[in-house]
Amino acid sequence: MATVKSFFASRWGIVFAGVFVGVFAPLLQKWGNPGNMGICVACMERDIAGALGLHRAAMVQYIRPEIIAFVLGAFIAALLFREFRPRGGSSPIIRFFLGFFAMVGALVFLGCPWRALLRLAGGDGNAILGLAGLTAGIWVGILFLKSGYTLGRATRVMSFSGWVFPIAMVALLVLLLVAPQFGRTAEGTPTGPIFFSSKGPGSQHAPILISLLVGLGVGFLAQRTRLCTMGAIRDVILIKNTHLLSGILGIAGAAFTMNLILRQFQAGFTNQPIAHTDYLWNFMGMSLSGLAFALAGGCPGRQLFLSGEGDGDAAIFATGMIVGAGFSHNFSMASSAAGPGAYGPIAVIIGLIFCIVLGFTMREKIA
Amino acid sequence: MADKIDARGLSCPQPVILTNKKIKEMEKGEFEILVDTDTSRENISRLAQQSGWNVEVKRVNDDYCLVLRKD
Repeated sequence: MATVKSFFASRWGIVFAGVFVGVFAPLLQKWGNPGNMGICVACMERDIAGALGLHRAAMVQYIRPEIIAFVLGAFIAALLFREFRPRGGSSPIIRFFLGFFAMVGALVFLGCPWRALLRLAGGDGNAILGLAGLTAGIWVGILFLKSGYTLGRATRVMSFSGWVFPIAMVALLVLLLVAPQFGRTAEGTPTGPIFFSSKGPGSQHAPILISLLVGLGVGFLAQRTRLCTMGAIRDVILIKNTHLLSGILGIAGAAFTMNLILRQFQAGFTNQPIAHTDYLWNFMGMSLSGLAFALAGGCPGRQLFLSGEGDGDAAIFATGMIVGAGFSHNFSMASSAAGPGAYGPIAVIIGLIFCIVLGFTMREKIA
Repeated sequence: MADKIDARGLSCPQPVILTNKKIKEMEKGEFEILVDTDTSRENISRLAQQSGWNVEVKRVNDDYCLVLRKD
């Protein structure tokens, strides 16, 4: 166990986890997931929000098993390696809104940091703007962190608190498998409360069992290795450390190779799957997300893995993201292939103001 | 008596920022930093080694006490 533990803590361990994501994300696409979206935490949470009826964008509704499995994979790893530590209480309401606005930004760009890498590895040049925005947002977050920004300490909480989010994921899995249809449309067709897209990206998915198995693998490995795109960029800027960066280079390199092998690589800016070409808002959307991730201490994937370890604050961030996805579509803030939604840009500006106010006001002398 | 920093319960990367600040302030000597997650323990150990400091990890109840030393 100690050998396994030290392997995962090593540079090779994190490269292995990154390569695992980079190999299986394009394969999930091959097996049915949407283009350059073999894995995307933001898009997949958005689809879950739609499937639960939190938004009614008919093209993006599905309970993505990968998200469920990310949390459960991390949960299993944390239990096995005795790292399951129920904790919470570090500014939960702030974390909820950081998650909310992180999702608003991600849906203006159309992807999380992992999807930005996967889009780049699939040849989508717009991802460069997204990754540049992500870096800019993280850089601003670091300035705040260096000048004393904090959300305060989390404390140990009672054991069951740590179990709630993993149990909620099991409940989601049941809803995916049962997909209850209590309602009736005006024509008498069964509908809701669970909605699955019949066309568009929400209708494209790999077989459930495969998605679950890959997701469990990713969750397990990411919990062990602390794989985090935001952390990777942050550590390079903040302490000139490339440990986490080697993980995300593993994702990008492996995904690029796999896309070539699977003939999924298509270079260019236009006609890319589930993407738009508005440079400014690709950049700005991801800037907001990057800043929100930095202020919350992790990218959306990492927040799910932390939730699996019993971190209630990370679970609240993830919940904020799912609620944010509902609002993004209901309030015309999410982008489409045509470009940003009508209220996407103003929502990004509001989100940035929120984060900057936090950066200046959430300060405490710790040591 | 070595200086002691309590970084328990702080989100990543705050324990690392506090350690980095202390390393830069002290240049050499000894200090302790208390953390409560394996992630923080690994991150601080990595930073310390990268900066040429020795790290000794002690288990204190459910937490870790990292003793950083540089002569």
